Amino acid sequence: MKNVYLQFAIVLLLFAAAPFFISSFHITLLTEILILAIFALSLNVIVGYTGMVSLGHAAFFGTGAYAAGIIAQHVSANMLFTLFGAVIISVLLAGLIGLFCMKVSGFYFLMLTLAFSQMVYSFVYQSTEWTGGSNGLSGIPRPVLFGWEISNMVWLFYVIAALFMLLYAGLRILVGSPFGKILVGIRENETRLKSMGYNTNIYKYLAFVISGALGGVSGSLYTYFNGFIAPSDVYWTMSGTVLIMVLIGGSGTMIGPVLGAAMIVLLETTIASYTDMWMLILGSVFILFVIFFPSGLYGIWQDLSVRFQKRGGPSEVTKLNKKRAS
Amino acid sequence: MKILEVEAINKSFGGLEILKEVSFNVNQGERIGIIGPNGAGKTTFFNLLTGDLGPSRGTIYFKGSNITKEPNYKRSRRGIVRTFQKNNLLDELSILDNLLLVLQRKHGLKHTWFRIRKEKYYKALYEEAEKLLETWGLTVQRHVKVKNLSYGEQRQIEIMLGIATDPSMLLLDEPTAGMSQSETDYIVQLLAKLPKELTVMIIEHDLEVIFGLAERMIVLHDGHVLIDDTPEVSKSDSIRWEVT
Repeated sequence: MKNVYLQFAIVLLLFAAAPFFISSFHITLLTEILILAIFALSLNVIVGYTGMVSLGHAAFFGTGAYAAGIIAQHVSANMLFTLFGAVIISVLLAGLIGLFCMKVSGFYFLMLTLAFSQMVYSFVYQSTEWTGGSNGLSGIPRPVLFGWEISNMVWLFYVIAALFMLLYAGLRILVGSPFGKILVGIRENETRLKSMGYNTNIYKYLAFVISGALGGVSGSLYTYFNGFIAPSDVYWTMSGTVLIMVLIGGSGTMIGPVLGAAMIVLLETTIASYTDMWMLILGSVFILFVIFFPSGLYGIWQDLSVRFQKRGGPSEVTKLNKKRAS
Repeated sequence: MKILEVEAINKSFGGLEILKEVSFNVNQGERIGIIGPNGAGKTTFFNLLTGDLGPSRGTIYFKGSNITKEPNYKRSRRGIVRTFQKNNLLDELSILDNLLLVLQRKHGLKHTWFRIRKEKYYKALYEEAEKLLETWGLTVQRHVKVKNLSYGEQRQIEIMLGIATDPSMLLLDEPTAGMSQSETDYIVQLLAKLPKELTVMIIEHDLEVIFGLAERMIVLHDGHVLIDDTPEVSKSDSIRWEVT
């Protein structure tokens, strides 16, 4: 446990020191990674921990983003207010969509989430008066925190890094809690959980709503970061991209989605400077991961550490056999 | 005291009738063996009792309450607990994690959202788990993933998880299937030690096992209750030998 606190402190220190050592371009990149990492972590709650693969998570990202933008434009640019409003609206939407999606599972769940997401996209696209339609929502005022306008990217980075740390720690506790263990149980064998007396639908629904709420948080942060929202941020390709982030990073782990988000953002930034066909390369990378490294980046790291451990000791089964023999 | 009343239960899959007008009562603490040939409807009957399947017709009362339309998780909470014919565990989790999931449901923990499930926070839970593991001789393996255990050990865990919930009625679906003779003997010994007030229904193909444990036998054949009597009477009935 102390090790966790130490890791947390080191990351905190690194975030605090980053603006002093890296260029403003890289701070912008890091901010985007953190926002998308929150988005990927939110999807990971249902995909990685509960075993429900969704292809409609952009609905919550977009809802959070548009809600924050519209509130900032029409009501108040106070960050706490816009963030709170975005989360509430995302929760309501996730609550509504979840009611329908919990009726099905597997492939049908995936298709239903996709359908709802496209409905949200269609709504955004058609509601020109509120969302700007195909032109997107522009002219969003900069966020204000405690009466102070966050006009500097470094300060925005600090705010987003702090939120990221907070949400990461919160999610870590959640997935390690008895509630989180139930989600893992559902992923592993829902029939068994039901026979243990768990109303699995309630837990799946709660996971879906939590996931939607966090998706909304990431969307609203994206609005502060970008100052502009386009309908493409709600489109199904956005849902596909975040799913790839989770799978490439390592679903069902805490650090995996963060690594996945970092990898996709870095790949996009690097490759896009050479060619427009970055999606083609991303697709190839994804195919390679699915075939050769299905456990993702985190799985690669785990495999390597197991290999190192093997040099020093036997496997779990060998250890067990030795224990039995003794 | 009657714990279970089954009234004219029918179950059909499409046009195929699996169970036909099955009726009987079970008293608390009874040990009932259910035998019959493959396809007689034994497991389907268990599925109807646990709520994994709904009956086409008929009524089921448990402790006086009509549970016919209740979902499986609610029946489990009432105390109707089962083991599965094929091992149906959380394979990627350790034995301890499997057990803790059962116990945390049973105890209805506080702080389920914002406190990591660790021994120092949930001491009583872990202590109970350790006691059960000791009773079932699984202490050494407690941190091993279930998928890495032998088939016999996995069968043992199936039963242990059922008992860990403190059920009123335990339904054992072929508890010794696929086990070696020594493993079977061990399981029979453990089952013989179950609390007297616990109602147990066992589906089993090993007649030696079932006659050793049951005090009442139900022979299912072609969806009907063919015989419902003591093991002695049932044993001497030539019809049973023909169908099983």
